[in-house]
Amino acid sequence: MTTVTLASKRRRAALKTLAFMSPWLIGFAVFFAYPLISTVYFSFMHYDGFNPPTWSGGKNWRYVFEHYPLFWPALRNTLWLVLVTVTLRVVFGLGVGLLITRIKTGTGVFRTLFYLPYLAPPVAATMAFAFLLNPGTGPVNSLLEKTGIPAPGWFNDPSWSKPALTLLFLWGIGDLMVIFMAALLDVPAEQYEAAELDGASPWQRFRYVTLPNISPIVMFAVVTGVIQVMQCYTQPLVAGKVASGVIQGAGAQFEPGYPDKSTLTLPQLVYNLGFQRFDYGSACVVALVLFALSMAFTAFLMRRRGGLIQAGD
Amino acid sequence: MTQVLRPPAAIEAPVPPAERTARRRAALEWIAVHALGVAAALFFVLPFVFVLLTSLMSDSQALSRDLIPHTWQWDNYRKVFDTPGFLTWWRNTLLYAGLGTVLTVLSSVPVAYALAKFRFRGRNLSLMLVISMMMLPPQVVVIPMYLFWAKQLDLSGTLWPLIVPMAFGDAFSIFLLRQFLTTIPNEYLDAARVDGCGELRTLVRVVLPMAKPGIAAIALFQFFAAWNDYFGPQIYASENPGAWTLSYGLESFKGAHHTDWNLTMAATVLVMAPVILVFFFAQKAFVEGVTLTGVKG
Repeated sequence: MTTVTLASKRRRAALKTLAFMSPWLIGFAVFFAYPLISTVYFSFMHYDGFNPPTWSGGKNWRYVFEHYPLFWPALRNTLWLVLVTVTLRVVFGLGVGLLITRIKTGTGVFRTLFYLPYLAPPVAATMAFAFLLNPGTGPVNSLLEKTGIPAPGWFNDPSWSKPALTLLFLWGIGDLMVIFMAALLDVPAEQYEAAELDGASPWQRFRYVTLPNISPIVMFAVVTGVIQVMQCYTQPLVAGKVASGVIQGAGAQFEPGYPDKSTLTLPQLVYNLGFQRFDYGSACVVALVLFALSMAFTAFLMRRRGGLIQAGD
Repeated sequence: MTQVLRPPAAIEAPVPPAERTARRRAALEWIAVHALGVAAALFFVLPFVFVLLTSLMSDSQALSRDLIPHTWQWDNYRKVFDTPGFLTWWRNTLLYAGLGTVLTVLSSVPVAYALAKFRFRGRNLSLMLVISMMMLPPQVVVIPMYLFWAKQLDLSGTLWPLIVPMAFGDAFSIFLLRQFLTTIPNEYLDAARVDGCGELRTLVRVVLPMAKPGIAAIALFQFFAAWNDYFGPQIYASENPGAWTLSYGLESFKGAHHTDWNLTMAATVLVMAPVILVFFFAQKAFVEGVTLTGVKG
């Protein structure tokens, strides 16, 4: 019938792609690119939400890095969580994954029980742990005292609040367990058989067969773990609020980080600066720090393409 | 030697010593592994148990260090439902999670399909941007977004600032579904195209039926994400208790019932229960989804 030229064919293909991609293209522009550029803009402005924004140069940046009393504690806490919590989560997740691949009786029941806590909504899980670990009537301290072990103050003690958070994050290990389980089952059985024939001990089998095979997944778990703890918001905030007994409501102000700034993380600073102190400019500075750190680790993750992106067509 | 009657093989063959020790080791390993399994199960389950038990205690007992209720106060759950606002939080949560999930699936499917199956310039860049968006916490862009919704559209105090963006694709859903769609062989698509199907028909008639598990996974994840969201309602809905969701309201519940751990734990159970029920009905899709996020490749 009609001759379809190559150019019009190409145009149709481009239109088709555009049509299918359009929801995300609009979303990207309106809910990501525009606000990101706007965040950079506001980081150089003085803005309280009422008076029109005025240019303030690098003042917000200097304030955040030099004078804002919550910034460095939040970074230090993040470093603590990266070193301790992420390490423990990866080790524990791998341990639970190894355990579940060896359980031969009632595997389905065990797997479901191990996985359930991961599903508990973060606010609910945090409320539960705030109760379980509360020094007054909490079951954990009741049991500890019965056995004669000195009971810590958990979420009410600055030096125990992060371990308490860690316990909460270890409880919700289901995601890592599933990922490690899949990776462990993918290790070729012949390699184990060969190692056994060579007389390798269980530890040697783990060290020289299991670990090399699952190392990309371990790396994936570490990097996503770093991103998760860097961005964690709900758990430390709610734990602090509940432990401090602050009653939420109109006009109530809660300085995040209770007790003594020990549960501060960067996202909480954005809330504190923007929505409690109405210093939108400085809030944007912290938002950009959070952006830069998140992107650095994401870039690292993407460079190891095998782990994250499946080849397309 | 010849006089010795050999026992019929069917009764019992003598076990060679090497095999016997191997069997004993296997039995010991079975015991050790399952004992560890039970210990781990206690760690994962006991918090739920203590929360449940406390939720059924009387007011005075909840202030004690008792672990098991003297009398079972099922009435606590009725009291929670009678709390002003609690049913509103339920309604708002279902609206946010339900409508949000439908919008997310509708808007993310075509994008994921294009990223998985179309060849075009900028595809890898788009994919990288999707992953970047997925890895960013909402706090990074919250200041301009809040100013946009609250100051320009005057929509703070409602959940619309949280629901509307879901009509424009969710990065995590797009990424997850794209991973899933790349596993569908091209031959199916080519066959449909040869039969004269346009892209939309190919997507609806051929791809979607095969992608059901992937779509179930993103719907579940999105539903849970909305159900669990605390930061979003805190930013946009906090000023109007009529727009609170369960996750946000739960914490205020503790504030209002200052020392009543029993009622707070009953409310906590009521926030956890639906998620866990949904999980039991859709376990397979869920676990498949978790695996897809990282390992395939």
